[in-house]
Amino acid sequence: MTEEQMIAAAPEGCGECLPPNPVEGFLRSERMPHIWCPGCGIGTTVNCFARALLQAKLDLNKVAVVSGIGCTGRVAGYVNLDSFHTTHGRAIPFATGMKLANPELTVVVYSGDGDLISIGGNHFIHAARRNVDVKIICINNFTYGMTGGQLAPTTPVTAISSTTPYGCYEQPFNLPNLAESAGAVYVARWTTYHVRQLTHSIGEALRKKGFSFIEIVSQCPTLYERRNKIGDGLDMMEYFKESSVVKHGAPTREVGIGFQGPIVVGKFVDIERPTFLDLMDKQMTRTLDAHYTGSVVEQNVRG
Amino acid sequence: MKRTHADPSGVLTGKHFLDGDQACCEGALAAGCRFAAGYPITPSTEIVERFAQRVPQIGGMFLQMEDELAASIAIQGAVWAGAKSFTVTSGPGFSLMMEHIGYAAMTETPCVFVNVQRGGPSTGLPTLPAQADMMQARWGSHGDYEIIALCPNSPQECFDLTVHAFNLSEQFRVPVLVMMDECVGHMTEKVVIPPAEQIEVYPRRYTTLPPAEYQAFKAEADLVPQFARAGEGYHFHVTGLTHDEHGYPAMNVEPQRRLVTRLMDKIRCSADALARNEEYRLEDADVVVIAYGITARVAMRAVQMAREQGVRAGLLRPLVVWPFPQKRLRELAAGKNFAGFVVAELNCGQVFYEVERLVAGHVPVLLEGHTGGTVHKPEQILDTILRCANVAAEVSR
Repeated sequence: MTEEQMIAAAPEGCGECLPPNPVEGFLRSERMPHIWCPGCGIGTTVNCFARALLQAKLDLNKVAVVSGIGCTGRVAGYVNLDSFHTTHGRAIPFATGMKLANPELTVVVYSGDGDLISIGGNHFIHAARRNVDVKIICINNFTYGMTGGQLAPTTPVTAISSTTPYGCYEQPFNLPNLAESAGAVYVARWTTYHVRQLTHSIGEALRKKGFSFIEIVSQCPTLYERRNKIGDGLDMMEYFKESSVVKHGAPTREVGIGFQGPIVVGKFVDIERPTFLDLMDKQMTRTLDAHYTGSVVEQNVRG
Repeated sequence: MKRTHADPSGVLTGKHFLDGDQACCEGALAAGCRFAAGYPITPSTEIVERFAQRVPQIGGMFLQMEDELAASIAIQGAVWAGAKSFTVTSGPGFSLMMEHIGYAAMTETPCVFVNVQRGGPSTGLPTLPAQADMMQARWGSHGDYEIIALCPNSPQECFDLTVHAFNLSEQFRVPVLVMMDECVGHMTEKVVIPPAEQIEVYPRRYTTLPPAEYQAFKAEADLVPQFARAGEGYHFHVTGLTHDEHGYPAMNVEPQRRLVTRLMDKIRCSADALARNEEYRLEDADVVVIAYGITARVAMRAVQMAREQGVRAGLLRPLVVWPFPQKRLRELAAGKNFAGFVVAELNCGQVFYEVERLVAGHVPVLLEGHTGGTVHKPEQILDTILRCANVAAEVSR
């Protein structure tokens, strides 16, 4: 039965009988349908994000979502929050400016592996180093989806991409290890199969103070799976299910991902470290004493 | 929109002995800027060094970023959180900031970019002056857009025009570029900073509409939309993609035409009102020197020397270089028969072509260019004034 046939066959008024979707108010329904391909994992992650936000009972007026460019970069456009679709690779420095200028905001960066780790890699390590209090949700689908499936800094060795037609021979980044090394205080990895754990993990990151990083291994049936002849979205979910190993606290240097190899998931890092603003306030107070007037938030709230 | 006065906490009222970089910093603080992000680069660094020293004592912060790409977008994140902010750079850093000047133009983010120009291309002459980024200021980011660019010629003007730059950025919701040069940046002179109540500040155009009625990119009569900041329940969307009045992506011919036309027109239609020119002895001039920034000061001397030799020269100095004061130029050109216009600038011909375009067929235009590294000698500009006058005299014989 095609989708049209299903819709035609549905009894009238059926929609009103269904319980309301709990995340409906969180989405800009007027912007549906979204651009993501059938079988893509990004929508699943947005659902988890929405549930985590709702469970966290945050004031949604004080949550901003910042994205870069790419398929995941479109998340900002679909969430019914203050949302910013920035330039390629620069979501993190935009979010940094936003958070520091108004620390009352919870600032979530939602973007892809190419955006955050390749073109935006420098900003990623520096924001982690500074421990800016932003939450990074990184969808890793091993490829550049929006531009047609090119080599990413996460593409596993031997995987085919449109710019490595004979197979990738570059070593990819191990994202949790990169994040931990650079100073992230919270590092976790899940796949789109692990929706409950992921939702829980996003909730933890939202409550965590400091640079928090969640890698979500996701499927790209159109450009990664198809080109590598590893099936469709469902096959990839099977792979995630079969090949994932939950190892909380695993040493991040051991969690690199090989082509169709095992995927170590779990919460790897959850430490306390003063944030950029904590340290700034401390240092400025020590040096300037009563002359220190605090950060810009006072002025912004005054308008 | 009702203008307000400067917040006195940022205004260092009094007579000071400052260089242009320091004066620029004071201008930003007086205008209400409390957030800057930057990356060190000669000869602009002193601006943020002073900012970093001053701003923690008046409620703000300086953020040294990992590069100019980061600095030029961090300021925009801060703007959408409610701050007034700017970044400061020079040649190579300015090149890196181009994409975010386009982003600010497209998303109508009010912010200020200061470029203390040095010799180029590439690393060029880090410690020496040039004015060779003027066309980059206008066209450097991809796509069609309009910006406003100001050129101070003294530390005092570095203060005044930086305040003006912030005001224009708020009024038009456009990136405003303060195009200094190494000489102006490092020249120390008297700078008078007025009392706060004498400094006009254009407030951000915060919307008064309730969230349900607010459309983030629906323009008012002057083609500029009302602003909402993050955190106030408006749940608006900002994108660098072509967008509709809601701010949602709308990637078709018609939304593109509507948006780009408006972004251009909000500046173009105000070009005459934006113009600020200083004119010196134009009443009876046969030769008009057109110069901006530091070169205008050398040109002033050249004009005086020409007068001493009996050549009636005058000076037109645009303080707002983009949009170019085309109405005034055309008026001048149509008013009488000039021997010619001389465009003096520290580059191999940038504003020169704009002048030539405007008055072609009416007035001969000569370029007194310079590859930079120092300012012109007055005699160099004088020679071109005399050449201009003599050629005209020979033609009329």
